[in-house]
Parts: sequence; structure tokens; C-alpha cells
Amino acid sequence: MQDPHISAAFDRDLEAIQAMIMKMGGMVEAAIVEAADSLERRDMEMAGRVRLNDKAIDELEEQVNEEVARLLALRSPVASDLRTVLSVMKISGNLERVGDYAKNIAKRTAVLIDLPQVDGATSAIRRMARAVEAMLKDALDAYIQRDADLAEDVRNRDVEVDQMYNALFREFLTHMMEDPRNITSCMHLHFIAKNIERMGDHVTSVSEQVIYLVTGEAPDDERPKGDSTAYEKLEIQ
Amino acid sequence: MNDMRPVERIVDTDKPKIAARGCQVYYGENHAIKDVDVDIEDKAVTAFIGPSGCGKSTFLRCLNRMNDTIDVCRVEGDIRIDDEDIYDRKVDPVQLRAKVGMVFQKPNPFPKSIYDNVAYGPRIHGLAKDKAELDEIVERSLRRGAIWDEVKDRLTAPGTGLSGGQQQRLCIARAVATEPEVLLMDEPCSALDPIATEQVENLIDELRQNYSVVIVTHSMQQAARVSQKTAFFHLGNLVEYGETGQIFNNPKDPRTESYITGRIG
Ligand SMILES: Nc1ncnc2c1ncn2[C@@H]1O[C@H](COP(=O)(O)OP(=O)(O)O)[C@@H](O)[C@H]1O
Ligand SMILES: [Mg+2]
Repeated sequence: MQDPHISAAFDRDLEAIQAMIMKMGGMVEAAIVEAADSLERRDMEMAGRVRLNDKAIDELEEQVNEEVARLLALRSPVASDLRTVLSVMKISGNLERVGDYAKNIAKRTAVLIDLPQVDGATSAIRRMARAVEAMLKDALDAYIQRDADLAEDVRNRDVEVDQMYNALFREFLTHMMEDPRNITSCMHLHFIAKNIERMGDHVTSVSEQVIYLVTGEAPDDERPKGDSTAYEKLEIQ
Repeated sequence: MNDMRPVERIVDTDKPKIAARGCQVYYGENHAIKDVDVDIEDKAVTAFIGPSGCGKSTFLRCLNRMNDTIDVCRVEGDIRIDDEDIYDRKVDPVQLRAKVGMVFQKPNPFPKSIYDNVAYGPRIHGLAKDKAELDEIVERSLRRGAIWDEVKDRLTAPGTGLSGGQQQRLCIARAVATEPEVLLMDEPCSALDPIATEQVENLIDELRQNYSVVIVTHSMQQAARVSQKTAFFHLGNLVEYGETGQIFNNPKDPRTESYITGRIG
């Protein structure tokens, strides 16, 4: 741990904004899991809760931004203090986006409940969501422990999420070609999978902030990427 | 160069203007500067930061041999300006101080007119052959000191009648009147209000075009705003020296980090 500041109030403020991030992180983790669970269990009540909780996440982000502005104005932080404040601001932005994706999934769940089921899709989506949630948990742990190695590990795991998305993308295409009645469901399910894949990108960005915070340098761009759907072609016989 | 300001990052960095090697300063038994090596660039602002008593002023005074005037003070090592040993016996300290001007914390105009304050140095160094030329030097210097417009109508008024910020700019004008190549400033803004401080900071930035400027400051923000290079002193040691952006964004030494972030180190 670093030495305390001469101004104890500065230490308290820095701790407070980081505590807000951890609180936000906990809420977003729950949102990811509950969004996927409510889809699989067709639980409208749980989906409604995800949508409601997103408001609380948004409010927390606003609070973080206000605190950050106040801290910058009052303390003009430099060096690791400045990196802490900047990382808080960016991470809260990433968490807010992940929360939005969870809310979007919950909205689609409301539509999907009235549509025919697609075999195995929701459990595959739940597995993908769990993988992202585990990444987020580790990224937040890395943040609190200032553990750049763990953050690097999280960063490298995003490729697995990309691969899960690729697999689902192909599966949904196949279902839609087999039976056009699947198209509405599959379109929604595809957006959900895409949302989770984007969540993974935001979690990756959180772990990159941890690396910047600890080392003072942004990580290099050499990161495995697994989304190849941009090059996917539809083969019609 | 990693200046804190994005548009200011390009500074040419050839030969150092000032080069110090193995510099030691003693006040009697007190070892105030310990084996300092440093290269100071031309046409750039270098900031010296560090806690009170760490030796910033002492080291600054080595650069124009002001320490010679302190009886108990002993300076060792090699200090060169443009590759010339300034402690060589051939060097006349008075000539050296015309080449290496100095501005102090408290503005200290002479109890003379504004005109005479600036004309004093050029006169004693015989820089003007007649009154017209002296007038020209005075005007040019006051312009460089960013104070010409404020005093041009009252050049015969006493310098001590100006406001604190104006006095400090007058002292800067006086320092540049002898056509120095290096300007040393020891906390030039610490007796000034925020507006006067801002004016002097702007002036320092302009002076960088023509001089090698070294400034001692207690304000971290000021060092970050005006300098391209920053040196952190601690207990007589030069702990870390580098580009200002690097020192303030990502210092290498934990002592630097503790100091600039305001920690109890
Ligand atoms: N004229 C002097 N006579 C004796 N000791 C001095 C003199 N000036 C400075 N010192 C001593 O040298 C050390 C460095 O002082 P100084 O260079 O003034 O530090 P700074 O400018 O960083 O506050 C201190 O221990 C101080 O007491
Ligand atoms: Mg001093």
C-alpha cells in the first residue's frame, strides 16, 4: 500500500470513489447473471428487476462523475493519484455500458417469452454470460488488489467469449435457414449474444485500465481476438 | 519531448547549455548538495522541485557563482556553461552573472526610476555607446519583461512604486537587459497573487524562446505548466530528473511520487 497523503481528506475521497466503483461492479455482475437466468427460466419478474436496477447503476455512474470532477478541481491529482481518478471515471463508464446491455437483454426476454423456443440457445447464452461475469469479477479483484497479472489474464480470456459468440452466430443462422418461423426468435437471441460479446469488450477495457493504473502505461494492442463473424458468408444451396 | 501541454512537445535537444558533474556544496560541515550530475537544455524551462531545505536554491546559486558571496560555502565539482568551466580562475564572476541572470523570490527593484533599474546593468557592462542605444535596450528589455505597455508613460517613476507583479516583471526585464543566455529564477511567483503569477508564467514561457530558464518552484502545478524538464531534489540529492510529463505522470522513484502526490514519505 502507498503512504497516506498529508491531507487525510484526500485519502478518504480516493477511497470513497473506489468504493463506489466496487458497489457498481457488484450491481453489474448481478445484472449480467440475472439477465441470462431470467431468459433461460422465462422469469418475467426477474427480467423486470434487471431493468429497474439499471436505473440505480446509471445513478451511481452520475455520482462517480460528480465526485471525480470535484476531486480533480480540489486536488489536481498527479501521478498514481491522477491515474486512479482517471481509471475510476473510465471504469464506471464501462460498467454503465455493461449494465445497459443487461437491461437490453431483459427487454428482449419479455418478447422471447411469447415465441417458440430455440433448442439449447438459452443455456448456451447463460454459459456465455457466466464467462463474462467471471471475467468482470476477476477484473474488479485485479483493480482492488492492483494486480496487473490478473488483469492481463482477464484480457486474454475475452477471446473465449468471442468464440462462444461465433458458435452461436452460426447456430442461429442454421436455425433460420432450416425454418423461417425461427427468424424472429433467432434475431432477438442473436442480439442478446452480441450484447454479451460487447460486455466482454467492456470488461476487457476495465482490465486494461487496471494495467494502466498499476504500470503507468496502457497495455499494447496485441490481444487475441476471436470474433470472425464479420467475414462470415451465408451459403445457400 | 513529453511536455505537459500537448502543443508544446517539440523542443530541440542537442547540446546541453549547462552541464554539472559531481557537484558538491558544503556550508561548513553541512553537506547541502551531494554529487549532483545534471544537463540543462538551452531554449527550455527546467524546474527544480523538492521540499524546503533540500538544496534547490543552493544548487541554483552554483550556476552563477552566487555561492561565492557566502563565506562558509564551498563548491566542488565541474560546472560548465557552453562547455566552459565557470569556476575556472580566468572567469570573472561579475561577467558570468551578466551572462547568467537571476530573479529572486521577493521582487527587489533598486530604489531608482524604472528606467534606471533596467539601464543599470547595460551601463556598468558598457553595452550601450550612447543614450539612444540605451533607450533602445531599456525598451526592448521592458518588452521582453511583458511590462512595457504598463510603464512606458512613467519611466522616471520609482520602480518600488509598482505592484508586486509589476515589480517582478521589472526585475525580469532588468535581468534580460544584459543579454544573458541563462535565466535563473528562485521561486519568482511565491510573493505574487494568482493574476500576477499567471502573467509571470506566460512571460517565462516566452523567455524560453531565447534563453535557458531554470526555475525553482514550490508549486507542482506551476512546474507542470511552465517547464519541459523537471528535477526533483531531496536531502541534497538529485533523486530524479526527466521530462516534466514523465515526472508528473509516471515518476520512477517512490520518493518523487510521494512528494508530488503530497504523501507522507
Ligand atoms: N547561506 C547559508 N548558510 C548556511 N547554510 C545554508 C545557507 N543557505 C542554505 N543553507 C543550508 O543548505 C541547505 C539547503 O538549503 P536551500 O538551498 O536554501 O534549500 P531549498 O532552496 O531547497 O529550500 C539547508 O540545510 C540550509 O539550511
Ligand atoms: Mg530556496
